[in-house]
Amino acid sequence: MGGIPHDHYEPKSNSEKWLHRRLPVVGLMYDTLMIPTPKNLNWMWIWGIVLTFCLALQIITGIVLAMHYTPHVDSAFASVEHIMRNVNGGYMLRYMHQNGASLFFVAVYAHIFRGLYYGSYKAPREITWIIGMLIYLLMMGTAFMGYVLPWGQMSFWGATVITGLFGAIPFVGESLQTLLLGGPAVDNATLNRFFSLHYLFPFVIAGLVIIHIWAFHTTGNNNPTGVEVRRTSKEDAEKDTLPFWPYFVIKDLFALAVILLVFFAIVGFMPNYLGHPDNYIEANPLSTPAHIVPEWYFLPFYAILRAFTSDVWVVIIAETLTGGIIDAKFFGVLAMFGAIAVMALAPWLDTSSVRSGRYRPMFKWWFWLLVVDFFVLMWLGAMPAEEPYATFSLIASAYWFAYFLVILPLLGVIEKPMTPPATIQEDFEAHYPAKTDGGSPAVNPAE
Amino acid sequence: MIKKLTLSALAAFGLTTGGAIAAGAYDSHIEDFDFSFEGPFGTYDVNQLQRGLQVYTEICASCHGLKFVPLRTIGDEGGPGLPEEQVIEYAKQFEVFDADLDDFREAVPTDHFPESALENAPDLSLMAKARAGFHGPYGLGINQFFKGIGGPEYIASLLTGYTGEEKEQAGTTFYENTAFPGGWISMAPPLYGEDVDFADGHDNDLHHIAEDVSAFLMWTAEPKLGARKQAGFAGVLFLTLLSVLLYLTNKRLWAPVKGKEH
Repeated sequence: MGGIPHDHYEPKSNSEKWLHRRLPVVGLMYDTLMIPTPKNLNWMWIWGIVLTFCLALQIITGIVLAMHYTPHVDSAFASVEHIMRNVNGGYMLRYMHQNGASLFFVAVYAHIFRGLYYGSYKAPREITWIIGMLIYLLMMGTAFMGYVLPWGQMSFWGATVITGLFGAIPFVGESLQTLLLGGPAVDNATLNRFFSLHYLFPFVIAGLVIIHIWAFHTTGNNNPTGVEVRRTSKEDAEKDTLPFWPYFVIKDLFALAVILLVFFAIVGFMPNYLGHPDNYIEANPLSTPAHIVPEWYFLPFYAILRAFTSDVWVVIIAETLTGGIIDAKFFGVLAMFGAIAVMALAPWLDTSSVRSGRYRPMFKWWFWLLVVDFFVLMWLGAMPAEEPYATFSLIASAYWFAYFLVILPLLGVIEKPMTPPATIQEDFEAHYPAKTDGGSPAVNPAE
Repeated sequence: MIKKLTLSALAAFGLTTGGAIAAGAYDSHIEDFDFSFEGPFGTYDVNQLQRGLQVYTEICASCHGLKFVPLRTIGDEGGPGLPEEQVIEYAKQFEVFDADLDDFREAVPTDHFPESALENAPDLSLMAKARAGFHGPYGLGINQFFKGIGGPEYIASLLTGYTGEEKEQAGTTFYENTAFPGGWISMAPPLYGEDVDFADGHDNDLHHIAEDVSAFLMWTAEPKLGARKQAGFAGVLFLTLLSVLLYLTNKRLWAPVKGKEH
């Protein structure tokens, strides 16, 4: 893949040539910003920009918050109150950071489901997909550790429950948990290492984001038809694409402004709506809250974790076959991480010859059922672990796995897909008939 | 397009469902008090905060503390707004430990309110944000979306929710309370009505005193509420304008590509 043929940066003045021979940084920026982008991208292709914005927002607000925060069990909670009361604009920084995490996850879930519907994970974009999954995992780690920092009741007990999961791993679990906590229980050592890692991970994410962008700039964006941009010549490619700047930058900025409008309404008028009241109580190792519930963005996977109790037949079989090494607790942990692993394996589990869900009549139904399943799991994750929720959780978890492990591989065989348009141009002109002179306009406002 | 909208709507719905479900549903009764600081434009009522401060000082403070609240903030605009001399005078009634002197001294405005005097009396600084009055239905967070989380309503309902019944259990007296989860609370009824006399001649029946002190505790929990709503409103206004401008820019930019006149 040599990329989609397009014009490259040509240094004109002597100083530009001087720099370009030594460090082609302007050329790199030009090629990145002017990348040919399928002109039929719809509004589900805006989440990448929103996610980039979220990462920047979280890093900037986070760095300033870290200037006023004290990572010590005796002062962490009070230092957050100090930020809320005494630091200039501190309440705004803190609420933006806190709700910024939620915006980040709204965007990442929309982005992932977009990829699942339009088959963005399929060849040749497997690396982009895998890097994306790694980013998502790191995001979850970062969000989890960040939630511990205010040292409220839910911080403390959430940390206790989640790090306890690592203790369920056979043989190495206990030492792993001790290493993670820096001691036998959640304490000052835990808070310190979580603070350190919460500061580090976003920069690792930023590095992976660059690789993510590099990968899809090599393969080109997917698009709603799933049909590749023609690479036969520059002229053909130009019929299918438009440069990223200004067309998609302006479009994405418009979408970002609308999303931020909602975001600021939440930060300004209901900043604690998505949080838990319990986290305004300082952590107390001697008093367990009535319900320990993770943040909303973890709930679907939390539901899967809890679904596999010791009386479920697959758990009983696993326990018997492994001589008790895989018990119900460890099975739950495996299921939770497995739920993300099967998603990461989608490129190899999807056997269909057609990429976009738009042309897959059966796939569509299963896909939308998966979306519903995701929200049902989210709801179940917040409900108490009792009937009928336990049975619902088991059914919903089973569908999650069935979608990736059974339905995706089978659909490629039994489904008869429709014929996608031959080119992106054809799809675009079906919506927006070309003017009499035909083809795409030669004017490029950027030049 | 409908499908994409559906997906966005579902994503937005996800926002509303998950988080707002804290403690499960109890059979406790929470009255939906009508506070001045509710809604996008609601602000604190200065007179009410001053009355609430009086109730707190004369009654609650004998057991409870407000250790995260600096005394000086009762002079803040948007808060009780006491004049400087009154803040200094108010602070003098408390004794604080000074590590430099290695002794107790009279409090000054830069000190915080004292901690709880009784070990089992929780600190009240953040109580109005640490409790949820409204839940559900079915864990969907819809009630909290429309009514608010209900912290101050919970406090006011608790203060007015004593039935008068008592019981002894393991040497502790419990008092029946219709707002408290489980129905029995170890705090004796703190208010009976006419417990304080307000300088502004405001009603001092139980319902009003409970309402005033709950409003005051909302202020101690969220002192920057007014500034936050103003910032939020400015943000929403600015982003609305920016969205319109970007929409028009985008429309014009794409018009020739889409074969439309612009």
